[in-house]
Amino acid sequence: MKKIFAIILGLITATPAFASDVVNIYSFRQPYLIQPILNDFTEQTGIKTNVVFAKKGLIERVKREGKHSKADLVLTSNFSALIQLEDLKLTQTIKSEHVDANVPASFRDENGQWVALTKRVRNVYSSKERVGPLAELTYEDLADPKFKGQICTRSGKHPYNLGLIASMVAHHGEEKAKVWLEGVKANLARKPQGNDRAQVKAVKEGLCNLALGNSYYLGKMIENKDQRAWAEAVNINFPNQTNRGSHINVSGVVITKYAKNPDNALKLIEYMTDTTAQNTYASVNMEYPVKPGVELSSLVASWGSFKEDNLPLNEVSKYRSVALKLIDEVKFDL
Amino acid sequence: MSDKFKLSKWQLFAWLVGLLLSAPLFFLVVESLKGDSEVFIHLWNTVLWDYIFNTVVLIFGVCFLSCFIALPLGWLTAYCHFPGKRQFEWALMLPLAMPTYIIAYVYTDLLDYAGPVQIALRQWFGWQSPDDYWFFDIRTLPGAIVMLSLVLYPYLFLIFKTALREQSFKLVQASQLMGLSPSRSFYKVSLVLSRGAIVAALALISMETMADFATVSYFAVSTLTTAVYDTWFGYYSLTAAAKISGVMLLLLFLALITERFSRRDQAVFERQTSVNSEALYQLRGKSAWFATLFCSFILAIAFVLPVAVLLSYAVTYFDSIWSNALLSYAWQSLKVATIVSVIAIVLSVFVVFYQRIAKQAHPLIPGRLASTGYALPGTVLAIAVLLPLTLIENALNTMLEPYHLNIGLLLTGSIVTIIIAYVVRFYAIAHGAIESSFVRISPSLDMASQSMGKSQSQTLRLVHLPLLRRGILTAALLVFIECMKELPAALLLRPFNFESLATHVFQYVSDEQLELASLSALLIVVVGLVPLYFINRSMESRS
Repeated sequence: MKKIFAIILGLITATPAFASDVVNIYSFRQPYLIQPILNDFTEQTGIKTNVVFAKKGLIERVKREGKHSKADLVLTSNFSALIQLEDLKLTQTIKSEHVDANVPASFRDENGQWVALTKRVRNVYSSKERVGPLAELTYEDLADPKFKGQICTRSGKHPYNLGLIASMVAHHGEEKAKVWLEGVKANLARKPQGNDRAQVKAVKEGLCNLALGNSYYLGKMIENKDQRAWAEAVNINFPNQTNRGSHINVSGVVITKYAKNPDNALKLIEYMTDTTAQNTYASVNMEYPVKPGVELSSLVASWGSFKEDNLPLNEVSKYRSVALKLIDEVKFDL
Repeated sequence: MSDKFKLSKWQLFAWLVGLLLSAPLFFLVVESLKGDSEVFIHLWNTVLWDYIFNTVVLIFGVCFLSCFIALPLGWLTAYCHFPGKRQFEWALMLPLAMPTYIIAYVYTDLLDYAGPVQIALRQWFGWQSPDDYWFFDIRTLPGAIVMLSLVLYPYLFLIFKTALREQSFKLVQASQLMGLSPSRSFYKVSLVLSRGAIVAALALISMETMADFATVSYFAVSTLTTAVYDTWFGYYSLTAAAKISGVMLLLLFLALITERFSRRDQAVFERQTSVNSEALYQLRGKSAWFATLFCSFILAIAFVLPVAVLLSYAVTYFDSIWSNALLSYAWQSLKVATIVSVIAIVLSVFVVFYQRIAKQAHPLIPGRLASTGYALPGTVLAIAVLLPLTLIENALNTMLEPYHLNIGLLLTGSIVTIIIAYVVRFYAIAHGAIESSFVRISPSLDMASQSMGKSQSQTLRLVHLPLLRRGILTAALLVFIECMKELPAALLLRPFNFESLATHVFQYVSDEQLELASLSALLIVVVGLVPLYFINRSMESRS
């Protein structure tokens, strides 16, 4: 018993105090996407960054760790996660005129609990050879029987598709959205599988003519010598340009409720919304920056400007669980 | 009197291990009883039965195919001479070092409609579209069965081969003398005698299959495991996810009960005899070549081909992926895997020993309890481990508050948590392998040892452990390699700045860039091969 106590005491005294010049990040995004930005940040401010990256379960981890959590920030790759963190009361208010000046209000939480850092569009890719560009295409058209056996997509439960389906529920109501989802399922060329790149690949190979996918994947594929041919086989279409505009998702950030280094966390958020970091996002990751006026990568710019669906993300996310339920009901993934 | 006291000491230890290792699960069960059942009922009414069906078919399929691959391989390499036998004996274990998710990615790339194989076929035959010809779709339930079997068959191969080695070869020789052909002897003698080991291995394979997430999710095959993930991260309902885990546990208990049932009247005790190589079957002509061909084929598809693909990526992209950091990731992986192997072996030897000497009722329960963690998918297990650990931490912090001491996240903020989670998850492997070795030690040895005035601890040390050497090495190897490959729990539990090879692989693979992960994936295989080689050598050496 004495021994155990001695060991515990030893451990306590050995626990390092938190240095004042660090910021600890839980990230849903791959480190290599954000590392260049973090490195610049450290260089400029002297604040060291530590990252834990995982695709799933980080929110639960923050919740379990409670007030002892070491995480100061959580970086997410979709808006649902931001809103989930807020709902679980794991966030604190981001108060910064600097951030407010960089990020338009529509990409900040009205209560200041999260900030979006980049935008991505849910596009429909079409086969250059067999379909050509579809300037007037809408998400609703994907349920049209004329596309029977022609559509490819990843799992309906993936956050990107979930966001889109939730926005359909928000715009049309649950019943109509269900009919639409059944229509899309009937038009699938194959069971939902793979990721967004795999869908483009399948279009190239003639397995399907249309595919749902996020905008930045096309840019990344063009940069990859093995995948360029897939990317060149498709046209990128921005749906619903004739009415409400294309569905937007965001990646974003929160400061955790029990952050030990909230000031450093805020500095990092400010840095990430600044022109330099936004530029890096735009050029390296082919995403749309949230800060107005930041230059797009020339490739992304070549896709032209487009109209965004303005429905607030908070509104869309209210229908997330309904969307999930519908996916199960129509057995979209099975 | 003293005997009684000693027995209770063993009993206490075994039960402590059983309870501690099943604690995360207990917490999860408690979690599943909380809250409403709305989500679970919705799943029940929509897709849950599809998930259950898929899970059951997957498990049976993988068990069947693993038997089809591993039993002939084990028997051939243990009892026959044929060209290449000595190499195959260790080479056929190599697929173990291959993470399932890697093999799934590689084969999907190769065999997909958009992969090189089908493209070549289309060009060759002038086919235009998928309507022109039939080609099996790899991203299906059967595809997942094949992938998992290719990676999991070595469990059965290894445990079956060890069992055959430990069996008295005299029985096989007797069957030879009675004129049984090699194949008849295989069915009539070897299979029957190793039934316990086979079932133990299949139980491991079933649990591993049930816990697999990466492969089935990549293949878009919905199972109970993918349902746990969907429910938890989609519906944000840990309660419903825990309920689905409960369904999985029911299946697991069924598997374990079956296993116990199959061993109920098994009492085949052996004295270890080294197999005399002169006595083995000398395969000749067609049958020898067939044996070589069969071994080569399995080795090629389960190991050589995936490694070749990874190698070609690694060579092509070497400049953009090599960094010295890879070595430190390898070191992290190695460190954790070694610590966990040692802990799991020590615990399971004691628990299995207790099963052997127990005079109380239900001596098997502690071991069964301790083995439950294996069937839980990694992420679920990770959270299940966090439940009690964070409770302990919070209690400690509250206790120390008056003294102005704060230990913070002493456990969950360090690699201790990963180690605990791995022990919980992989204890079952060690237990299964050691149990099937222990069973073959005749109780008469214990009695002899006792009659010479040796205590139980001395019997364990002097009599059992030397006889268990092979079983222990096998168990250590299996646990070590599993730790090297494990991904979901590591991802979720790691402290800051902890990167293992598996987590590094995942960084890129999760962004569909297998080529950038190729070097780390190869390192996992290489680091796994080192102990494989040494253990194999030590198993080959005559004691």
